[in-house]
Amino acid sequence: MLPDSSVAAAWRPGARSDTGGRTGTALSLGVVSTYLTVVVVLPIAALVWESQRNGAHTFWQVVSSPEAVAALRLTLAVAVAVSLLNAVLGTVTAWVLVRDEFPGKALVNSVIDLPFALPTIVAGLTLIALYGPQSPVGVNVAFTRTAIGLALCFVTLPFVVRTVQPVLQELDREMEEAARSLGAGEVTVFRRIVLPNIFPGILSGVALAFARAVGEIGAVVLISGNLPYRTEVSSVFVMNRIESGDSAGAAAVAVVLLGISFALLLAIGGLRFLVTRHERA
Amino acid sequence: MSIEIRNVTKRFGSFTAVDYVSLAVDTGSLTALLGPSGSGKSTLLRIVAGLETPDGGEVILSGEDATGLAPQKRNVGFVFQHYAAFKHMTVRDNVAFGLKIRKRPRQQIQARVDELLQLVGLQAFADRYPAQLSGGQRQRMALARALAPEPRVLLLDEPFGALDARVRAELRDWLRRLHEDVHVTTVFVTHDQEEAMELADRVAVLNQGRLEQVGATVELYDEPATEFVMRFVGDAHVLGGTLVRPHDIELRHLQGEGSVEVEVERITVLGADARVDLVDGNGSRLVARLRRDELDELDLERGEILWAQPGRERVFD
Amino acid sequence: MRRHLLRFVALVYLVAILLAPLAMVFWRTFEHGLAPVWAALSDPETLHAFRVTLLVTVIAVPLNTVFGIVAGLAIVRRRFPGKGLLNAFIDLPLALSPVVVGLALFLLYGRNGWFGGLSNHGIQVLFAWPGVVLAVVFVSLPFVAREVIPTLRELGDEQEQAAQTLGASAWQTFRRITLPSIRWAVVYGVVLTTARCLGEYGAVAIVSGRIVGQTETATLRVDDSYQNFDLTGAYAISLVLAVIAVAVLIAMTLTKPKEQSV
Repeated sequence: MLPDSSVAAAWRPGARSDTGGRTGTALSLGVVSTYLTVVVVLPIAALVWESQRNGAHTFWQVVSSPEAVAALRLTLAVAVAVSLLNAVLGTVTAWVLVRDEFPGKALVNSVIDLPFALPTIVAGLTLIALYGPQSPVGVNVAFTRTAIGLALCFVTLPFVVRTVQPVLQELDREMEEAARSLGAGEVTVFRRIVLPNIFPGILSGVALAFARAVGEIGAVVLISGNLPYRTEVSSVFVMNRIESGDSAGAAAVAVVLLGISFALLLAIGGLRFLVTRHERA
Repeated sequence: MSIEIRNVTKRFGSFTAVDYVSLAVDTGSLTALLGPSGSGKSTLLRIVAGLETPDGGEVILSGEDATGLAPQKRNVGFVFQHYAAFKHMTVRDNVAFGLKIRKRPRQQIQARVDELLQLVGLQAFADRYPAQLSGGQRQRMALARALAPEPRVLLLDEPFGALDARVRAELRDWLRRLHEDVHVTTVFVTHDQEEAMELADRVAVLNQGRLEQVGATVELYDEPATEFVMRFVGDAHVLGGTLVRPHDIELRHLQGEGSVEVEVERITVLGADARVDLVDGNGSRLVARLRRDELDELDLERGEILWAQPGRERVFD
Repeated sequence: MRRHLLRFVALVYLVAILLAPLAMVFWRTFEHGLAPVWAALSDPETLHAFRVTLLVTVIAVPLNTVFGIVAGLAIVRRRFPGKGLLNAFIDLPLALSPVVVGLALFLLYGRNGWFGGLSNHGIQVLFAWPGVVLAVVFVSLPFVAREVIPTLRELGDEQEQAAQTLGASAWQTFRRITLPSIRWAVVYGVVLTTARCLGEYGAVAIVSGRIVGQTETATLRVDDSYQNFDLTGAYAISLVLAVIAVAVLIAMTLTKPKEQSV
């Protein structure tokens, strides 16, 4: 789940030579492209097509309608808040997992991946059970924006942790010792030595978390109540438009979400490029 | 600054890395901690720097007990075997780091950094990143960085261990000249006895956490205190039950008192010296070193049998 | 002191967000005893929902596994233009909302879509299981590829070259050298893919039409039960899914590639 292991990372200019001959390449490329086209490219193309089928004016009308704007605003606001929270708490968690020792650490490390293993609708159900009307701890945030934040925290929790962990692991501890020998206090060592080196990892994790948060549906659909203008996020808005038969409207907002996804993918790729700038001779 | 190490002990679990070591280092001297892997020399150095805390004993810096003092407060410069370069900072920023921490004025930092870059010959690389430098250049940067805040002592942990032979030799010379210019108390760790002998005023030989002997290089070679030191510093061979240096093996055509029968395996002439490879009655190999004129006098051939005796007896308890 | 504070903050965060809610499922499900749970799970429509989930998973996982291996090999070992674009499309499902995926498929295979004609030839995609398969294939596409690629990169192709000099054909090299060396990466990718297929909600909600007893998946049934105030049913299905999730977590922990472990 790490940007480093992303497919994009395997591509470098001047990558190794063609092993296996031209026909092999053509064949595997053909298979791969066909599969991707049928599964991914065509549906996305159909979506983009539909969104502009009735012209730019209609597109703009839907996208700037009060309900759509409210939904997008809410989506982005909560996504930003949750991403920032993750940036801090995710880094803390990664730090504890890498630098600290305590019984059960391996278990905790495994549990971090729970949001990747658990269906989102089940996550939503459990959150509403714990923090909804029948909450055993007396916390009821159902149908509020906080509930959306909670749900998004659940699904995005692993991202920053998993991108920061390996960087922290690989960090040359002697750099920190060198800084200490030069007079830097612990906070300074963290600020000037550790943080600059883990920052790209944090940013990648935040970008992934943000992408996930913007598009999430399963976890929010139960606990948020989906009240228009109050707790309706863009993904729910799109679903409602589809159920009302307004595919053009749905497509318009969906394309906006698509654009955000693409932009984030580019950002993550760009980040990786920046990170390795120091390492290129 | 003088360093006094008093009865320092350090354990890692059940393993004793440093075993009750006491050592005094004079201000302005260049001292080597020499020993094989696992001898505790790096651990001892790190204890002096404050990067490890001893389980017993004291570290006294310039007469003050620094045993419990954090590394930040000791004002020691430390150079690591693998450079520990701040890879996200330029060479200039690396060298300036210690000064920025001390909040020196920018002009002063600039001047001092330029001075040091000049000293280590890296002015042209000031705005490069460590990844763009060779190993030798990185180590020179690390030295400049350690020296920038004017430490009272410079500690180097196998500073040339990660470099290839030619660069190592160059940097060795360079460090010697640097010490003559800068005169800061320097202690370095090495497993290479040639390096220790070439660079240091005094050498402390460590083995399995214990201090075997400390003294000037000549002392260690001529008057080794223990069998370990004799074997580790310079060559030594067993001849008739005692340890003998190659230069101290006397070869005769006639048997003498305490001499051992040996066969000549190989004769190599090395300019003004010669090396004779011998094998004794038990099949053990030894090497004798002679002057050219001594060799010529003996008129040796391969396969010839002669008698070897130690020119100097050594006994260790 | 600082270390304990950090540890405390991290653990409280994890318990509040992850563990406590998970525990709730186990508790709430059995709140009224075992019998209602059993009844809910043996409901024929619930059983059918599980069957649909299982069916689409069993189809989607092998497809994406083969794709992941072939694509991984092509990207790492071969040279061709447009690699960047290929990479972007493979990574896209990770950043894309499931609702957008569902809508895209809905538009492509719908009555007015480019492939809308398929229904005229008897091939029903939307509101039928093929649509559900396409949806889960889309969203779970990247996982095997993303695990295979860094592993292949790290391995290098020297072993494969050695095999070739010893006379092995391309297939033999693949089967005897390449495949065994990426084995665990593939397994890990398969675990992630399976989890994603089992848990998909948004895309499937749109393409399946949620037809009870036909195209309703387990996840959709949880939502359906909840909306119909059948809490016991919702929790019961969630429990099964949660138990599977824990099994998935264990599988992930056991097969995780070394660089990602603690």
